[in-house]
Amino acid sequence: MRGRGRAGLALAGFLVACLVLLPYLVMLLTALKPAAELRTTPPRLTPIHWQWANFTGVLRDPDFLTWLRVSLVVAGASTVLALLAAVPAAYYTARHPFRGRTLFLFLVLVTQMFSPTTLVVGLHREFFELDLINTYGALILTNAAFNLAFAVWILRAFFASIPREIEEAAAVDGCGRLRMLWKIALPLSRPGIVTALIFSFIAAWNEYIVALTLMTDPDKKPLTVGITSYVTAYVQHWNSLFAASVIAIVPVVVLFALIERHLVAGLTAGSVR
Amino acid sequence: MLYPAAQLVRASFWQFSVTGLSQGFVGLQNYAKLFRQESLTMVVANTLVWVAAVVLVTIVLSLGLAQLLGARFPGRTLVRWALIVPWAASVIMTSKLFAWIYDYYFGMLNPALQALGIVSHPVDWLGDDATVMGAMIAVGVFVSLPFTTYVLLAGLQAISPDVYEAARVDGASAWRTYRSVTLPLLRPALLVAAVLNIVYVFNSFPIVWTLNDRNPGFGHDTMITYMYKIAFKSSLRDIGLAAALGVVNVALILLAVAAYLRTVRWRGEAA
Repeated sequence: MRGRGRAGLALAGFLVACLVLLPYLVMLLTALKPAAELRTTPPRLTPIHWQWANFTGVLRDPDFLTWLRVSLVVAGASTVLALLAAVPAAYYTARHPFRGRTLFLFLVLVTQMFSPTTLVVGLHREFFELDLINTYGALILTNAAFNLAFAVWILRAFFASIPREIEEAAAVDGCGRLRMLWKIALPLSRPGIVTALIFSFIAAWNEYIVALTLMTDPDKKPLTVGITSYVTAYVQHWNSLFAASVIAIVPVVVLFALIERHLVAGLTAGSVR
Repeated sequence: MLYPAAQLVRASFWQFSVTGLSQGFVGLQNYAKLFRQESLTMVVANTLVWVAAVVLVTIVLSLGLAQLLGARFPGRTLVRWALIVPWAASVIMTSKLFAWIYDYYFGMLNPALQALGIVSHPVDWLGDDATVMGAMIAVGVFVSLPFTTYVLLAGLQAISPDVYEAARVDGASAWRTYRSVTLPLLRPALLVAAVLNIVYVFNSFPIVWTLNDRNPGFGHDTMITYMYKIAFKSSLRDIGLAAALGVVNVALILLAVAAYLRTVRWRGEAA
């Protein structure tokens, strides 16, 4: 009975994995097709000639390298900025019932609702009037600001789930507030930190609409915006588009996979008996 | 963060030239103009269908997926990694991918469905008014699943094994345990997942933008892509009008969230 249940689960899991990965298999296989094979009827799943040079071609494309650099700078800087601000804010609100805490949390929730997409017209006005269109600062700040709300919201839930008894015991042992944050709250909420870190980075890495609107200079476009120029009304390099996409997606997936187990590690399991 | 919001509200009361220069205060005229737009009703209806369908389907499927990924079976890690891919991948790239898969002439979906006997002749998924919304909703669910599943999975794993032990001792069936123990304890995670999904899906831009881009007019636009087209793309090029719609969008989100928080009785310490 138990064995059959496990086999059933494994089968279900295998099916889920196939369904999820199938579109990306199409992406990879299309990226390997020579231009002449993109438009065949009926369409073929696999390339006839496996053109691995599509990948080296994209990697040697100076435009692609520019987009990649912009994406790395913007995503990295905005993630660091967002987490530096979010950890203390989330810890403080999780532990101190200060006046207006509910209001603060509500505001955090509301700013989360005010996603950059909804505000893109306002953002464009703001940076237009400040003459900051086409600057990294504008994009980094926007990404950090909007990921901040999310990081606080998620982290607070994790901090709040740490039983007070642990911290009370630490306080009895003479542990100060900052050390408590460093030694107890942070390690215990590592899944939360990791979650926030990943979300911030991925959100900035994948951000499209603000970059599309603010970064009109070809030298300042991140990957998400840049690669769409491979397929326009005039040129249709679907293979280059997907080769570039695979290159952009794989590192992030690997990053995710490396820390995946922290994401769901039991939050406080075993720390209170 | 509040500054762009203020800018948005301010811009909604002003008239701008197509180059973005301010041409003076016009009061509520932008709002009046917005409600005179004939496409608005249709766009609002599209938005409702889009958000409700994507969020509901995503949460139901994610509950199942989270339960599956919380169980132990061979190959579980592989499934988790697979599920990470659509999450890690940029939505614009995934949207482009689906635009290619849905393609009437060269896409893989039609031959695949014909081989399975699901459709008898090729369907122009993105060109046919009857299928384009469904096609977009499918992609919306696809990209929302991983995040939702992981939030719910984290919620599931935060539930102490002791309560399951207690339920087992009490002789509760699996379904009874799920309904009376798991779901109530999962409520904080469900709250986070639902609120964030409603917001994400409402705000989602790349899917509708990419999959709908060869259809003229605003027939399948949501309020977000409609706003963007008004501001930056269409012949209107009207920042003031778009800002007015932006303010309406924000107000709608606030309403939805307020209603939602009321139903789950949010008191600041929930979530």
